[in-house]
Amino acid sequence: MLIMLSTAVTYAGGYRVSLQGQRALAMGHAGVAVVNSAELGFFNPAGLVLLENKINVSAGVSAVFSDVVWQNEEFGQMARSESPVGTPVYLYASYKVKDWLALGLSIYTPYGSSVDWEKDWPGSHLVNNIELAAIYVQPVASIKIAKYLSVGGGPIYVSGSVNFNRNLNRTLSDIDGNRSNVTIDASGVSAWGWSAGAMITPTENFRIGLNYRSEIMIDAEDGDATFSNIPNSPLTPFENTTFKASLPLPAELTVGLSYEFLDKWLIAVDYNRTYWEVYKSLDIDFTSPNVPDSENPRNYKDASTYRFGVQYEANEKFTLRAGYYFDESPVQEGYFAPETPRNDASGYTGGLSFNVNSNFAIDASLLYIRFKELQASYDPYIENGQQVPFGGTYKSSAIVPGLGITYKL
Amino acid sequence: MKKYLKFLPLLALGFVSCEPELDNPIDEAGFYNNGEADFSNYVALGNSLSAGYADGALYISGQENSFPNIMAQQFSLVQETGAFAQPLMADNAGGLLMGGTQIADNRRVLAVGASGPSPQIYTGMTPTTDITNVLSGSFNNMGVPGAKSFHLLAPGYGDIAGVSVGTANPYFVRFASSTQTSILADAVAQNPSFFSLMAGENDVLSYATSGGTGVDQTGNLDVTTYGSNDITDPMVFASVYSQIVTAMVGTGAGGVLTSIPDVTTIPYFTTIPNNALELDAAKAASLTGFFQAVAGIFAQGAIQQGVDPAVAQGLAAQYALAFSAGPNRFLIDVPVTQTNPLGFRQMTEQELLVLTINRQDLAQGYGSVVLTPEVMQVLGLLQQGGQPSAEQAQLVLDAVSGIDDKDVLDNQEIQAIAVATTSYNATIKALAQANGLAFADVNAFLTQVANGGVPYDAGTLTSVFVTGEAFSLDGVHPTPRGYAAIANLILDAVNQTYSSTVPKVNVGNYRTVTLSNDVQ
Repeated sequence: MLIMLSTAVTYAGGYRVSLQGQRALAMGHAGVAVVNSAELGFFNPAGLVLLENKINVSAGVSAVFSDVVWQNEEFGQMARSESPVGTPVYLYASYKVKDWLALGLSIYTPYGSSVDWEKDWPGSHLVNNIELAAIYVQPVASIKIAKYLSVGGGPIYVSGSVNFNRNLNRTLSDIDGNRSNVTIDASGVSAWGWSAGAMITPTENFRIGLNYRSEIMIDAEDGDATFSNIPNSPLTPFENTTFKASLPLPAELTVGLSYEFLDKWLIAVDYNRTYWEVYKSLDIDFTSPNVPDSENPRNYKDASTYRFGVQYEANEKFTLRAGYYFDESPVQEGYFAPETPRNDASGYTGGLSFNVNSNFAIDASLLYIRFKELQASYDPYIENGQQVPFGGTYKSSAIVPGLGITYKL
Repeated sequence: MKKYLKFLPLLALGFVSCEPELDNPIDEAGFYNNGEADFSNYVALGNSLSAGYADGALYISGQENSFPNIMAQQFSLVQETGAFAQPLMADNAGGLLMGGTQIADNRRVLAVGASGPSPQIYTGMTPTTDITNVLSGSFNNMGVPGAKSFHLLAPGYGDIAGVSVGTANPYFVRFASSTQTSILADAVAQNPSFFSLMAGENDVLSYATSGGTGVDQTGNLDVTTYGSNDITDPMVFASVYSQIVTAMVGTGAGGVLTSIPDVTTIPYFTTIPNNALELDAAKAASLTGFFQAVAGIFAQGAIQQGVDPAVAQGLAAQYALAFSAGPNRFLIDVPVTQTNPLGFRQMTEQELLVLTINRQDLAQGYGSVVLTPEVMQVLGLLQQGGQPSAEQAQLVLDAVSGIDDKDVLDNQEIQAIAVATTSYNATIKALAQANGLAFADVNAFLTQVANGGVPYDAGTLTSVFVTGEAFSLDGVHPTPRGYAAIANLILDAVNQTYSSTVPKVNVGNYRTVTLSNDVQ
């Protein structure tokens, strides 16, 4: 008896979570060419040296309220994800050592996912719940090499974790009818990467930015695979074991520009390309020879995001921001897996900074992501040697309030 | 800053209301339509098939996958319905106790032994369902395993005092509202708005599974004289079935009736082929020789007793069976008659063996010849042209080991089943039409399962034992996947008759047989 293991891990525009700074987020998460705060430690380290102050710190947290509803009209099935509130954080600090050199440290969480479907829901053979987190820690250097040009970057250390549960197939259950399932869990998986950027300032109020973040492969070497509710039978020889799996955190290229005008206004435009094509398949290699390995085609494609933002300094106390972005989904037709239930999305953003004093500001942002309702399916799931697509109508929603601080000295 | 904080609760309110909403959610009134039917209080009436019996037992997860429960869940998508109450067993072991003594076996599971996977009695738990623990409340699922059509009307069918004498049913004892009530009375008392009636299967099934050892009671209208393995008289069936329908319709309920399957297509009868006597050339030649000896001995004996030699030779000819290399049909015992004085013959193409036949015995000559050394000696003597004694001749005749009546359905028995089933089904269909009820042709459906199969999203349901996915390990009752397919069939009929749009279920989401090596 062949029990196919089809698995998954993941979320949003894939599992990229673009919440790396309240100021940029309020402007559609455009910031590769905006010199504003230590958020540059993520968006483009090349700009850090251009900040006026010697010490710059930005920190913040967002609360991701994200839910998905799914239904299948033919069979009268409906399910909602009960996803816990995600709280991605960031902390950026920079110190201008010399006029031409700034050093800093950036900590941020650009990838993550948390989706929690009702246990044993109709798509439980693909995912019951998943939690994926990756924290990036990056020392950065920013160097002004010419009047018009600065560069920056640094190595990235990543620590990732994943916890994922799904049922082994659509029906296998123990003597009491409890569905057989597997949990894979790996934490403290580390990896290295890098990012580098450049900023060109042709005129005082016009900047062009470019930033590249390398692909980072998270290789879980001996995570734990725990099998539950397995029938006591030699036909189902699933035993707790360890596993190997690789999950790519894809490379990302951003180019953009910003323009200041009428003294108080700034506009920013970014273009992101995320190289998702590297995510071909999620293959889980179980150490035990008794447990069949699991191959799960993903077949992602590279995807673009278009970002627009505007900032207005209303008065000494308040700076107002608004923005919009359009986020292409990397998921191709027939590969819409419910652990990454995301399609093309429009993000509407707004926010403000409240300058408590000349050194300290509170930054707030609000992101509302609008998804179109869509009919989609995940087709590569195999049972009895034939493809059994899982599909239906999906609708997602996400609203993300965020709060941060900016300190400069 | 403080003055802005007061807006935070407002903000929070905004997040609460951001739950995604579909344009046309299925849980919105009007997405599905109940048409002219009212599913608010659905009651299922019938036998083991309605109860969710499978794997030779009733147990919780089987009940949860009973076709009435599956249908009730789908009805609840269409309109506001009451909870569908089932008289759930106490465990998933199956089996029944009466005052601590086990009176019904545990369920069967697919266990892997030295010779591969086979159905075995599950022994991982002791059964805990004691019929002396009578459940309170009324139950929408009134399926009672083992009930024949006329049992649905029988007062006292739930009286524990009648269990040992066969006038009561232990499964009904568990949830009958009183000792004197009947299944039908308890169903009517719930004032159902909709009902399903799947009854009459046992009126032929127990006859069939007993290998036709019961009596075809056609012509006998007195059910009190019936044995448990008898075929119910079709007039009795028509009368009883009509009374049930009248009583249910009398509550104002709509409903669905189902036809009775041709029980000879189920794995219980199709798993052991009647030609499973596999022989090599030498073995075939030796068996052929043996039966020539039998024919010779018979003819000689008959002639000695004064039978005309031509007649004797004619009668003897039927025993000179010829066997060939490959599969050969088994022999069965038949009543001794003037035309078949030895009382055995080879099976014919249509005749069936039961699943429960002892396969070890088959391997050792049951269904052909048990060749002991003594018999071999006599055969040797015959080959050398010797003349065996009367005792020696008898040894040869006695070596023939025809299959017993209880293990086989012969042509006559199959015919009796077919006649009764056809008559029952005509009654059911006519009553459905006369009362404007839906009619689900389970018979036609299971015939298709047995002949080519019924496809679903990951395969095909067939009546192949164990691997065909439609039938559970008792070879008679469906798996949850089989029950789900039957639920869909019934929902189709209901939707058609009542212009409703109750959604069907995804058959592939229901399990097949359960694996376990917790067996003895």
